[in-house]
Amino acid sequence: MPLLGVQDLKTYFHTRHGTVRAIDGVSFTLEPGETLGIVGESGSGKSVTLYSLLGLIPQPPGKIESGTARFNGADLLNCSLQTLRGIRGKQISMVFQDPMTSLNPYLRISTQLIEPLMVHERINKKQALARAIPALEEVGIQDASTSIHRYPHEFSGGMRQRVMIAMALITRPQILIADEPTTALDVTVQAQILELIKQRQKDLGTAVIYVTHDLGVVAGFCDRVNVMYAGKIVESGSTSDIYYRSQHPYTVALQKSIPALHQKGEDLYTIPGMPPDLVREIPGCAFAERCEYARDRCTTTAIALKETAPGHATACLRTQDGEIELGQED
Amino acid sequence: MLKFICIRILQTIPVLLIIATLTFFMVRLAPGDPISNEKTVPPEIRANLEAFYGFDDSLWVQYLRYMGNLLHGDLGPSYKYVGWSVNELIAQSFPVSLELGIYAFIIALLLGTAAGVVAALKKNSLADYVPMSFAMAGICLPTFVMGPMLVLVFAMWLGWFNPLGWTYWYDRVLPALTLGLYYSAYIARLSRGGMLEILSQDFIRTARAKGLPEKIVVLRHAIKGGLLPVISFMGPAFAGLISGSFVVETIFFIPGLGRFFIMAAFNRDYTMILGTVLFYATLIIILNLVVDVLLVLLNPRMSFD
Amino acid sequence: MSVMPTDIPENDPAPEIRAADLEEGTSLWKDAWHRLCQNHLAILGLGIFVFVTLLSIFGPFLTPYSYETTNLAYGPRPPSLEHWLGTDDLGRDLLTRLLHGGRVSIGVGFCATAVSLLIGVLYGAVSGYLGGKTDAVMMRLVDILYALPFTIFVILLMVIFGRNIILLFVAIGAVEWLTMARIVRGQVSVLKTREFIEAAVSLGLNQRRIILRHIIPNVLGPIIVYSTLTVPAVMLLEAVLSFLGLGVQPPMSSWGLLIKEGAEKMDVYPWLLISPALIFSATLFSLNFLGDGLRDALDPQSSTD
Repeated sequence: MPLLGVQDLKTYFHTRHGTVRAIDGVSFTLEPGETLGIVGESGSGKSVTLYSLLGLIPQPPGKIESGTARFNGADLLNCSLQTLRGIRGKQISMVFQDPMTSLNPYLRISTQLIEPLMVHERINKKQALARAIPALEEVGIQDASTSIHRYPHEFSGGMRQRVMIAMALITRPQILIADEPTTALDVTVQAQILELIKQRQKDLGTAVIYVTHDLGVVAGFCDRVNVMYAGKIVESGSTSDIYYRSQHPYTVALQKSIPALHQKGEDLYTIPGMPPDLVREIPGCAFAERCEYARDRCTTTAIALKETAPGHATACLRTQDGEIELGQED
Repeated sequence: MLKFICIRILQTIPVLLIIATLTFFMVRLAPGDPISNEKTVPPEIRANLEAFYGFDDSLWVQYLRYMGNLLHGDLGPSYKYVGWSVNELIAQSFPVSLELGIYAFIIALLLGTAAGVVAALKKNSLADYVPMSFAMAGICLPTFVMGPMLVLVFAMWLGWFNPLGWTYWYDRVLPALTLGLYYSAYIARLSRGGMLEILSQDFIRTARAKGLPEKIVVLRHAIKGGLLPVISFMGPAFAGLISGSFVVETIFFIPGLGRFFIMAAFNRDYTMILGTVLFYATLIIILNLVVDVLLVLLNPRMSFD
Repeated sequence: MSVMPTDIPENDPAPEIRAADLEEGTSLWKDAWHRLCQNHLAILGLGIFVFVTLLSIFGPFLTPYSYETTNLAYGPRPPSLEHWLGTDDLGRDLLTRLLHGGRVSIGVGFCATAVSLLIGVLYGAVSGYLGGKTDAVMMRLVDILYALPFTIFVILLMVIFGRNIILLFVAIGAVEWLTMARIVRGQVSVLKTREFIEAAVSLGLNQRRIILRHIIPNVLGPIIVYSTLTVPAVMLLEAVLSFLGLGVQPPMSSWGLLIKEGAEKMDVYPWLLISPALIFSATLFSLNFLGDGLRDALDPQSSTD
């Protein structure tokens, strides 16, 4: 049985300009200890998916319209706020994109670091502090026993992200959700943070959901990958499936646009067109208007994620029907 | 911090000297004097009075004498209240103004922040619209409108309070409300804005993601930053409370320093005007210093340099 | 970046880039006007204010009474068909006095704001544009002045130089320029690092021209917003002074003076208090809403405080 099973999640934002279908029927599972990548460009709904799971969507305007998320016998999407609070920061923790703004500038690191312990494990401040200092050391912060009493602005971005990771893992959660944790950091620091998450995952056996727009990061890091586009998962499979046997034109296009895969001096590949306006109802494939393989029926026929090989599913009509072959292993 | 405070106090001294000098000469330039205010003064008494107050010396001698006395903290004799020194008048009347000011400040702060924070937490609900409508109305009802209106309704029509005076404890209610409500309206708007700004920050989402109860999210994570605009507003608010006290003490016939100052202004009681201006200036400078220190203490990103 | 919940367009996108672009200046103003029109409270405020102003300008020509001719035999009477708002204890028509008072109050509001605008914009623009040490010294001076009790100084000026209405304009304007200077200085110091200013500098335009042609047009938004908020502040100060008897003197009329007269006699003639208080509050209300609306329309980045 999977650790987390999400079924048909729909999160809409009801704005003055209409209803934005930010997530429109997303289903996936997460096994204990595995690393799942969620990849997509800005606006694809990858972050909203995860915020929905923890009830962090601002409501209104956001609203979870349907779906279930089975986790340890509870349904995250339909349980009480009380239950959800017991899970947040205890069994499922989160690391956010921008470490510069995700720590409270008015409170000492120590205060923020021991909060999950004090709320979830009901231990006193002294005991919590005794556990927080080694937790900081484990993420590579020097002089943890003195620097724990500093304020966030006294740390660099990379160091703050280390603090965020320590804070997320201090309760030894079963799932760590990392929402683009390296996007706001320097390239050299990015690698260190990735390495750190990997290391801590190995130590604690935590399952990780890693959200990124960078398919390159996913390769060395994730066991399985979901590719999202316009609020839907368009392809799901093992990392090697996604890389070498891609079954969706969007995934292929994403791969082509990884800068590192280009020759020096060669123009970078960009996907033509813009992501669709999610206020508009899209009857068929949302990617169709940017897709070089699209046929008329792509824009009119409703599509669903369908397995084309064991553990490998795609939402492309034409690959499902075997009309086109993509991503041949070379 | 000590260094910061010392430097600020040292900076204050020249400022006060300049104020003293400017005020002294401005007052002396004015047409009329306190003695000519007493309708018919026989020439010999007038000469005696002028000699007593030192008006027969040149302006410079008077100025130097005044500044010399000022260095000892002596603000001189009142021209209007014969036999009283300005120091004595301030010492007697300021505690009354202080008491009024403290009540008003407490009303403004408690009511204002409570309304603002609740409105921010319950944004776009009745708990937001109702207090914020009152706050908007409050801002448009300055003390000299609010005061007479409160007196009209609660003292004259309903008869719950005395329309004026400062004798019984319940005499404090209407003046304190008059002075406090206006600033509570301001503070309510400021704290709502500040809280909304903070509540939309990423670190509030982090706090929620940690599973903290909403009470801790608000009280520990949001309040401190959310109420910083209110702290910054305190400097202007103190100055406003002082000028508000002129109005409120006039409306309710309260024997505070504000009323003495206004009366001194009418009577051309030079030394009293000078003394009160210097006293108020010092007070406001000190209060502003306290506010600045508070701001640094509450905001770890600021330092005393 | 992915769609964060906060990215969902709740408001129209802030024209941050466009604001800096002279080419699109007209569309910025059109945008702002459009946004203002959608703010019903601001439009209501504008409507009320225009109505009250027109009434004050033309009203006195339409009423058959004089604002200063007393009619002791007629005496104080409650509102009636001949005297819509009643008469005061000297038998003067309150409506006529109210409209005349409006001329004075609104006139003071505009003139003093103009004075503060002139001083504040020049001071702030020069300080922000020159930058460096000059800027530091100039702004430090503003900081120090900020800490001083200005209502008291205006009172002092009124005492010394007599209760002259022109002087009142200047005195109030002269103390209300500080915030304007700060706002303009902040805008200018940001603007001058923008590319199009650097381009103008590199073209060899002289400094005066750069300030007048390039910087001032770009800080116009915040200046308009803050001016709209200064008018009620100034009117408030005038009313406080008149209320204390230190501003406009009878038989002239101003709203503050009428409220004072009303407050003195409210136990027997409450109508003398109610209508001046109402019209004054309504005007403050309309200007505050208009100012808030303009701020949202012209300067979407600034938070509401």
